[in-house]
Amino acid sequence: MSERIREKLQILADAAKYDVSCASSGSTRKNHNKGLGDTGNGICHTYTEDGRCVSLLKILLTNFCIYDCAYCVTRKSNDIKRAAFTVQEVVDLTINFYRRNYIEGLFLSSGIFKDADYTMERLVQVAKKLRTEHKFNGYIHLKSIPGASNEIMHEAGLYADRLSVNIEIPTENGLKLLAPEKNRKDMIMPMNYLKDEIIRLNDEKKSLKKTPLFAPAGQSTQMIIGAGAETDKDIMYTSAAFYRNFNLKRVYYSGYVPISNDKRLPALGSQVPTVRENRLYQTDWLMRFYGFKVFELLNDKNPHLDLDIDPKLGWALRNLSVFPIDINKADLQLILRVPGIGVQSAQKIVAARKFQKLNWEQLKKIGIAISRAKYFIVCSSRDFERRDLSETKIKQFILAESKSKYLKSSSQQISLF
Amino acid sequence: MTYLVYDGSWNGLMTAVFEYYEYKLCDVSILAEKSFQPSLLGNEKTVITDINKASRVLASLSKKLSSNGFGKLFPVFLSEQHGIEDQLLNFIKLVFSSDKSPEQAYGNTCVLTIDKVAKMVHREKHRMEAFIRFQQLADGLYYAHISPDFNVLPLIAKHFKNRYADQQWLIYDLKRKYGIYYDLSDVQEVTLDISESPTEGSIFHEDEVLYQTLWKDYFQSVNIKPRKNSKLHIRHVPKRYWKYLTEKLPA
Repeated sequence: MSERIREKLQILADAAKYDVSCASSGSTRKNHNKGLGDTGNGICHTYTEDGRCVSLLKILLTNFCIYDCAYCVTRKSNDIKRAAFTVQEVVDLTINFYRRNYIEGLFLSSGIFKDADYTMERLVQVAKKLRTEHKFNGYIHLKSIPGASNEIMHEAGLYADRLSVNIEIPTENGLKLLAPEKNRKDMIMPMNYLKDEIIRLNDEKKSLKKTPLFAPAGQSTQMIIGAGAETDKDIMYTSAAFYRNFNLKRVYYSGYVPISNDKRLPALGSQVPTVRENRLYQTDWLMRFYGFKVFELLNDKNPHLDLDIDPKLGWALRNLSVFPIDINKADLQLILRVPGIGVQSAQKIVAARKFQKLNWEQLKKIGIAISRAKYFIVCSSRDFERRDLSETKIKQFILAESKSKYLKSSSQQISLF
Repeated sequence: MTYLVYDGSWNGLMTAVFEYYEYKLCDVSILAEKSFQPSLLGNEKTVITDINKASRVLASLSKKLSSNGFGKLFPVFLSEQHGIEDQLLNFIKLVFSSDKSPEQAYGNTCVLTIDKVAKMVHREKHRMEAFIRFQQLADGLYYAHISPDFNVLPLIAKHFKNRYADQQWLIYDLKRKYGIYYDLSDVQEVTLDISESPTEGSIFHEDEVLYQTLWKDYFQSVNIKPRKNSKLHIRHVPKRYWKYLTEKLPA
C-alpha cells in the first residue's frame, strides 16, 4: 500500500513541478470553526535545491491527458509512467502534510481525461471534501481547466482560494504552432467568468451582511519563456493585458526546461533561460509596485530587456534627462524610479526626511545601493556626481563595481559573439 | 555610571526604565542579573520587578507610538543581544523627549537600530513558522523542537494556536530549555526534562514514518535538476536549520 502511494506521489509531483506558481498569500480565510488551518501572508516552508520556494503540496490528480501539447511533459505522445490519485488519497496527503507543518495547503492540477468538465469536477471534489468534511482552512489553489462550464467554475470558486489557467504560450501564433488542439478562447473563458463572479460577489458584500468567500486570493496565470520566438515585448504586453483585463494577482514566467526532441522546440540539453526569466520578473515588479507603464520599459525600439543590467537601470539610462533628483524633495513616485532604491527604502526615505535632511551616510544605512543610485540623485551633501557622464559610461562604471550574481554568466554569454 | 540590575524579564526591564525616571538617574546601563559582573567602577542598583511601574511605562509608550512602532519593542527585547537594554532605553528616552513619535526618523542611528533588530527577530519568527516540523507521537501529540537564534516562542504561539486549533502540540526550545504546549484550548509555557529528541521508533504514531518518507520523496520529486542553484538554496534555508528539517535528514 505505502509503496504504491509513494510511486504515485513521485510521478504526480514530478509532473507538476513545471508549474512555478507557489504563492500561498492573499487569502483571507481564517480558522473560525476550530478546524484545521488558517491563511495569512503566505509561508515558504522549504526550498528545493534549485532555489524555488515550496509552499504548497503541488501535484497533478492524474497525468493521463488527451492533449498533445509539444511543450508539456505530460503530453499524450510522451512515453512516461502514468498514474492517478483517488480523491481520498489527495485529501489524506494534504491533511497529514499540513498537520506536520510541511505545507500551507494544496495546489491541485491535472492532465485532462475524458473532457474538461469531468476533470474540473474531480478537482472540485477534492477541495469540497477538504473544506466540508475536514474543516480545512488552509490554502487551496485549483487549476481552471480550459473549457470547463460556468456551473463547475462557480463551485470551484466557493472552495478554492486561488484559481489559475496557464496560457503557457505568450502569443496566439505560438500556441497554434505548439498546441494546435488548444485555443486561447477556451483558456480565457473560465478566467473571464471567475473575474466577473469575483467582482459581482464583492459588490454584493457591500449590501449583504454575509457573503461566501469566493476565490479570495484571485487568479493567476503562467507563461513559458523561450519555448517559441516571442520577444520580451510580446511577453510583457500580453502580461500587462492579462493584469488589466482579468484583474490577475500574478503572472508567472517559467524559463523553458527542454523536455523533448520536438523540432519546434529548443533541443534537449539547451540552457534554461534563467537570467531572462529574472529580468521579466523584475519588469513585472516594476509594473506592479513601482508605477512603471509597460511601454516605458519595452517598445518597438527596445523589444528586448538587457540581460546585463536590470530593467530599471536600463530605463534610467535611456532617460537621463529626468535625473538627478533631490532625495530630500522629490515625490515618492520619482524616488521609486531611482536605480538602487527599492519600495521599502523609498518609503523610509520619505518618512525619515520629515525629521531631518538625509545625507549619503544615512541613505546607506537605510539600505539603498549607493553604488548604483549615486549617478541619479543628490542629497544633503556637497559631494555628488558632477561629471556629465554618458549612458555608456555610467553603465560601464556600474558594471565594473557590481558583484551581480548574473554578471559572470551574462558576460560569458556576450563573449560568445 | 549606575548599573541597574534587573531579573531578565520584560516587566523587569520596564521597571528599570521607570526607575531611571523616578530617581532622575543619568549615565546608566541596564543589565540582566545573569550578565552582570560586579565591578568597582560603578554603583549597582538592584531593580525589583514591579508590574505597576512596568505597565505605566508601557501604557505611555503605547500612547506615544503607533501600534506598529510599539509592537517592535518586545521583539527587540527578545533578541537577547548584548547591550539591547541600553539601546531600548535610548530609544525610549528619545520617544519621551519628542513631541511627535520619532519611530520613523530613520536618519537617527538609535531609531534605525531598533528597526533593524526588530526586523531580524521578525525574520527568525517567520523562519520558525516555516521550518518547524511536527512529529506525531503515539498518543496523538504533535511534537517539534527548535533552537532559534532569538527567543521567539512568545511570538509564534498565536500563529500555531490559530493554525492547529484542533490538534494538541508542543514546541520545545532546546537552547532556552522551555516550550509552549497547546491543550486544545490554551497555550502554556512548560519546562520538561528532555535534552535530546525522542528517537525510539515506538514512541511515534504508526503513520509517522510513512508521512516523513512521503515528504522526503516529494521534496526530491519537485526539484528541477537543470536549474540547480545551491547558493540560492542555502541562502533561503541556511545550514544551521537543516538538523530540524525532515526533508533534509538522511533517508
